[in-house]
Amino acid sequence: MRNLKRQLLAGPYMIWIIGFILLPVVMILYYAFTTSSGAFTMSNVLTITHPIFFKALLFSLKLALLCTIICLVLAYPLAMILNNMKSGHQGFIVFIFILPMWMNFMLRILAWKMLLSNNGIINTVLDFLGLPELHIINTPAAVVLCMVYDFLPFMVLPIYNALARINRDVIEAAKDLGAGSITIFFKIIVPLSMSGVISGIIMVFVPALTSFAVSDLLGGGKVLLIGNIIEQAFTQDYNWNLGSGLSFVLMLFVLISMTLVNSRDTEGGANVW
Amino acid sequence: MKKKLILILCTIATAAFSNGCGKKSENTLTVLNYGKYIEPEVLEMFEEETGIKVDYEEYITPENMYTKYKAGAIDYDLICTSDYMVEKLIKEGQVLPMNYDNIPLAQNLDEAYFDFSKSFDPETKYSLPYFFGTVGILYNTEMVDESKVDSWDILWDKDYEGQIIMPDSVRDAFMVALKRLGYSINTTDEEQLREAQKLLLDQKSLIYSYLVDEAQDEMIAENAAMAVVYSGEAGFAMEFNDNLSFSVPKEGSNMWIDSWFIPKTCTNQENAEKFLNFLCREDIAMMNFDYVYYATPNNKVVEQLDPELQENTTIFPPKEILDNCEVLKSLDDTTTTLYSELWLELKAYSE
Repeated sequence: MRNLKRQLLAGPYMIWIIGFILLPVVMILYYAFTTSSGAFTMSNVLTITHPIFFKALLFSLKLALLCTIICLVLAYPLAMILNNMKSGHQGFIVFIFILPMWMNFMLRILAWKMLLSNNGIINTVLDFLGLPELHIINTPAAVVLCMVYDFLPFMVLPIYNALARINRDVIEAAKDLGAGSITIFFKIIVPLSMSGVISGIIMVFVPALTSFAVSDLLGGGKVLLIGNIIEQAFTQDYNWNLGSGLSFVLMLFVLISMTLVNSRDTEGGANVW
Repeated sequence: MKKKLILILCTIATAAFSNGCGKKSENTLTVLNYGKYIEPEVLEMFEEETGIKVDYEEYITPENMYTKYKAGAIDYDLICTSDYMVEKLIKEGQVLPMNYDNIPLAQNLDEAYFDFSKSFDPETKYSLPYFFGTVGILYNTEMVDESKVDSWDILWDKDYEGQIIMPDSVRDAFMVALKRLGYSINTTDEEQLREAQKLLLDQKSLIYSYLVDEAQDEMIAENAAMAVVYSGEAGFAMEFNDNLSFSVPKEGSNMWIDSWFIPKTCTNQENAEKFLNFLCREDIAMMNFDYVYYATPNNKVVEQLDPELQENTTIFPPKEILDNCEVLKSLDDTTTTLYSELWLELKAYSE
């Protein structure tokens, strides 16, 4: 009886999982391996070998990787500074960090568009100061910039959490035994914060790889990522089978990259699976 | 026990899904239209006067509309789209004939535009003209040499690198290249289409962005020097920025008519026709014209406009320009697929 109660409590979550996660995945798999008339085919999935699609996939991987590296380089020192602050200040800085997320993701992208456009706010200021103008709107650079802006908190917070969990005594002990600050950083802080770094990498890399809204709005229709191709297959060409086939390939890439990153994580804790 | 529970949950989930998109209430009208293409207040007034609730939805390009319609998730009662897409759907048998007895105010519309419609709706029984216009170059007189905008060639001029906006819509983008080459915009010849694509590929490095509805905003903000836009958009943008001007190049262009049609999914044709009749009413058509600012086929509205506006060649293209324009026709499946491929290649292209 008690068992049943517990299961009933899990009910809403079960419905959610079945209706909004499992069923859609099954449907994508079905569409991916069938033709429009319902016959089995591999051609949708194999379309990825088409030069255009493959190029878009590589380009997406490249931008996502670039975005992840920039986020990591920015986030790690920041998380360390944050960790060394007084506890009252920490909360405030974390709050400031999360503040932009109170606003809708789309609006933030549109705001970047206003900032970066040829006659936009940044260029007006640069002009006023007599500096050369910045023309990166509608280029991959603008897309990466906006993705970094959007995903940075997802890198900072897990790293900060991992750093905060490191027991001060461990560092004190290392100091007592004569370790210099460089040794402490590489031998203790980095390995112990690895779980946070790995969550951060996954939480930035995966959405960056699959994103299409940023490239759509800030790429001016000139930056074609795999996400845009999938979107076009669904909304413009009315080819759900192709769109699903490509989505399936993208899911494989996400899984592969998560496995690669996670294989390094032996301590658990940060397992996002 | 556990298995049973899962089974029950599955049933609930499926039931919830199949019911979700089921019946809609009796007195509603589901309308699908281009973005920024109706005065929102018109919808409210219609609801107030007739008690019919309007579910209003928007789309960006005719291809998007086709997908939304074909997906079948929503039963649309009334759709507005462009000539060639209306033709495609008529050919597919997806359009219901209109009962003009229920749309008496259609007589406000100029016969001439029903004649134009005959190119895609030969018996004019499936469609009702809404707005029409041409496609041309909206340019900033401060940034562009005005002696050159009478030709599509200017869009390939290296002096304007990074300052040109092209339409993010397959047929419109290819129309520009095809006209520059002197071919028909309805060509199905693969050689000619590939030649046009070559031109667009060469042009890509000069492009600021590919846009549809936002092109006018970018031009008003002076983010680009020129944009290929629909005539009405140009007229609208020029109201906001005095430096803007519009030209339909001499090589010819596309004349388009956006029309309403009643799709097969319509559940209440009378309501749809009531709505169409309402749109043809003088005051409503005037409100819509003020908002959309495209050429209206409604004679009653045109008569009331200032003579200055009536003679505005940006909004109301003169006959000699229209004579030089072609109406887009729907293409066979092979050509449509070719178009999609060529378009994707263009979008993926980088130097």
